[in-house]
Amino acid sequence: MSDDGTNKGRRNFLIGATSVVGTAGVAGVAVPFLGSWNPSAKALAAGAAIKVDVSKMKPGEILGPIPAWRDKPVFVVRRTQEQLDMLSEDIGRLADPDSLEEQQPEYAQNETRSIKPEFLVLLGICTHLSCSPKFHPEVVATTFDSTWTGGFYCPCHGSKFDLAGRVFSGVPAPTNLEVPPHYFESDAVLVIGEDEGVA
Amino acid sequence: MASIEQSFKEIMEWVDDRLPVTETYEKHMSKYWAPKNFNIWYIFGVLAFVVLVNQLLTGIWLTMSYVPTGEGAFASVEYIMRDVEYGWMLRYMHSTGASAFFVVVYLHMFRGLLYGSYQKPRELIWVFGMLIYLALMAEGFFGYLLPWGNMSYWGAQVIVSLAGAIPVVGDDLMVWVRGDFNMSGVTLNRFFALHVVLVPIVLLVLVVLHILALHEVGSNNPDGVDIKKHLDENGRPLDGIQFHPYYTIGHDLPAIVLFLFIFCAVMFFYPDGGGYFIEHPNYEPADPLKTPELIAPVWYYTPFYSMLRAATFPLLGMTAKFWGLVVMAGAIAILFVVPWLDRSPVKSMRYKGWGSKISLTLFIISFFILGYLGTVHPTPGRTLLAQICTAIYFGFFLLMPWYTSVEKTKPVPDRVTIK
Amino acid sequence: MNRRLFALLLVIFPGIAFAAGGGYPLDHMTPNLDDKASLQRGAQTYMNYCLGCHSLQYQRYKRTADDLEIPEGLMLEHMVFDPNTKIGDLIENNMSKENAKFWFGAAPPDLTLHSNLKGGPDWLYTYLRTFYEDDSRPLGVNNLVFENVGMPHVLAGLQGRQVRPECMQVPRIASNGGVVRDPITIEIVTEEMCGTDLLDAGHYPLVKVEGTGSMSSDEYDTLVYDLANFMYYVGEPARMDRTRIGVYVLLFLAFFYVFALLLGREYEKEFHK
Ligand code: HEC
Ligand code: HEM
Repeated sequence: MSDDGTNKGRRNFLIGATSVVGTAGVAGVAVPFLGSWNPSAKALAAGAAIKVDVSKMKPGEILGPIPAWRDKPVFVVRRTQEQLDMLSEDIGRLADPDSLEEQQPEYAQNETRSIKPEFLVLLGICTHLSCSPKFHPEVVATTFDSTWTGGFYCPCHGSKFDLAGRVFSGVPAPTNLEVPPHYFESDAVLVIGEDEGVA
Repeated sequence: MASIEQSFKEIMEWVDDRLPVTETYEKHMSKYWAPKNFNIWYIFGVLAFVVLVNQLLTGIWLTMSYVPTGEGAFASVEYIMRDVEYGWMLRYMHSTGASAFFVVVYLHMFRGLLYGSYQKPRELIWVFGMLIYLALMAEGFFGYLLPWGNMSYWGAQVIVSLAGAIPVVGDDLMVWVRGDFNMSGVTLNRFFALHVVLVPIVLLVLVVLHILALHEVGSNNPDGVDIKKHLDENGRPLDGIQFHPYYTIGHDLPAIVLFLFIFCAVMFFYPDGGGYFIEHPNYEPADPLKTPELIAPVWYYTPFYSMLRAATFPLLGMTAKFWGLVVMAGAIAILFVVPWLDRSPVKSMRYKGWGSKISLTLFIISFFILGYLGTVHPTPGRTLLAQICTAIYFGFFLLMPWYTSVEKTKPVPDRVTIK
Repeated sequence: MNRRLFALLLVIFPGIAFAAGGGYPLDHMTPNLDDKASLQRGAQTYMNYCLGCHSLQYQRYKRTADDLEIPEGLMLEHMVFDPNTKIGDLIENNMSKENAKFWFGAAPPDLTLHSNLKGGPDWLYTYLRTFYEDDSRPLGVNNLVFENVGMPHVLAGLQGRQVRPECMQVPRIASNGGVVRDPITIEIVTEEMCGTDLLDAGHYPLVKVEGTGSMSSDEYDTLVYDLANFMYYVGEPARMDRTRIGVYVLLFLAFFYVFALLLGREYEKEFHK
């Protein structure tokens, strides 16, 4: 046997090198296991855009929740003129009245949070813990708000949103409801899940 | 540095007072004395471990996308192969792993026969090993139905129908096993539960018992010499060496990497094993109206399948079908009692006589021929050959008490031989 | 004794036993997944001529477009005929199984896995080139590899008509098994052979009717090659990834082995102390 000292150095080097290569191998093996948890081609396909006919909607009516855009519940609301007027009142109770948080595509970053003022397209998923908020268009005193002027109310944890999906201050939800990408293919056909001009 | 070591030591002391971690580690790893003369045949136990882990992990991951229903199963497998990211890799790891498992376990068992590892005091290790083998066969059988391809379907159909050979209760038993009057989604459902929950748990328990029994009496070795006969002043076997790190790193690590290389070469370049790991008719969904031209089980069952088919004549008032079942079951059952059939005063084939050597050789040859015959259509000539090989297979065991006791053995050395 | 042993071997090993026996010998083709142009042409042919009856229900348009390097827009424009179909959809059709059974006597099976089912693309490659006219069949055609087939020869317009002559000239076989040549001209001597004798001698003559079909034989063979190539791809779309990743994995393991072995040797020294 050779000198014990050199042996030790060589051995330690080999232990180090083998451990490094072995760790890389384990990381490599982890790739398929972790990767397989990503959305599958099927899930991605279900995320494709859908078309909705909005020509038959009357003012004040809501469509949804329809499973659209990755099978999430989507609301389409055709707002009345009074409802639109109300959006500029009582702004003080809103947390983000100007929609500064990126919860909508650029073309919906306006007071009505929509392309055409009357048509609101919203993801019906509360930004708190992902329950689906309920639509309460009526202007009445409710159990959850004595000065309710219409909007969305989440029964799970009491978050409130106005008729543009903007969140109230002092509720658990941190941000406005999300506006999914959408565009009008024609006056009647609303495409949800895609910005105009792609594909 | 010193303080980290210090606190580690303290933590371990705290734990050891409550759970024998260090003691267990020493007993089974760092102070388990293994004979110094292990050779290549001693690697397959460790490799079986590696494959077991692979099967468990990939299997759990496959269940995340697999659908165990008659309507959804076949499509869900293709979904895994196409739509799930890296799904194909997980599936091939699992399907290739199944075959690898049997390759490894067959070699592991052959080692036992070669070196008499089943002899006193290791009978229980062997019996637990056989139970593992049985569980493994069940696991493979249930698993093979899951893709719900046409070969899955008809293969399971044939094997379940074997139950019909049992007198009196056979037909009712068949219906009971299937849960239906034909193989159906109901059968698939229960096979799924058995494959992913029950049998794996049984396997794991058996593997633990297998190792505990082994470490109680210590490993045998290619010379069949008891290393505990020569101890040094500290009571350590002179011919032994600590399992960890000398075997784990010195032998097992390079061998595992080499094994993985071969495994990956097959998995990435011949995942269907030329039709032996994933049979071609299995690319067609189960069809109760269309039997594949040739029903051959996966290669690892074919020796027993051949023996089943080799029973072609009725005897003692019982049907040929019944005897087929008896022969097949007997072929597996007889392996359990090998420890009591071997009367040789020596363990290892190295020192046994010609009787044992010739018998083992003939046995292996006929096992291979039976394996091959199970993959092809039976013809009169092949059936005759299968019958001859079946006779040799049983002869090997049934004559063992005789040839092991009359043959002239060589003297066993006092100490192990290290090359 | 020796002869009996040989006879025994003969029945055991199929290579010897089956060599004499039946079935039309398949023409071999070597698939090439790197030839994207071929795969694209094959996909186009499939969508035009086969999809109407045979779905590819486990495969998606998008995956096909990505793997074959076809821009999604082009794919939707040229290969997808139903305007409601989205790029992420499975390649399905609207053929009802019951109707199909009624029309053809058999439902056209899904073909996603056909290439795997037949152990490779050779079967399809041969099948599509061996249709011939047969008045005894309801659809007027028969096939050499799929006897009494229930599928019409949908590519007949391209290939042209093929007939199977009752008799043909074949090389005369001498008693020693070789072909007979004319002693002077050294040309192979032929003789006429008819009916089942032809089959027994392993001849399957098919003759193209001159002037039919829009393609030459070579063009048609290429078309079928591309189609079979595409079917080979569709049978296992992960194949390209698999072999590519496989090479890296093996290289890595070889590299790892060097270290594992050197380290192992360090510990192995202790065995001899
Ligand atoms: C008019 C409908 C129709 C069209 C178009 C059609 N097929 Fe078929 N095909 C059938 C039918 C019906 C069968 C079933 C035949 C049988 O089982 O007898 C069949 C059977 C087959 C089979 C045999 C499957 C097996 O059992 O192994 C293959 C391969 C096949 N078709 C390929 C193609 C290809 C490739 C194309 C496009 C060039 C095509 N078919 C176009 C109707 C069609
Ligand atoms: C899941 C399957 C199995 C695993 C994980 C496994 C694991 C092991 C391990 C790690 C060893 C010690 C290392 C070695 O000697 O190779 C061993 C020893 C042994 N195994 Fe297994 N085994 C399995 C199946 C079997 C089977 C099916 C049999 C035979 C019926 C068997 C019979 C034995 C015997 C006799 C020994 C003692 C060998 C000796 O000391 O010479 N094992 N097993």
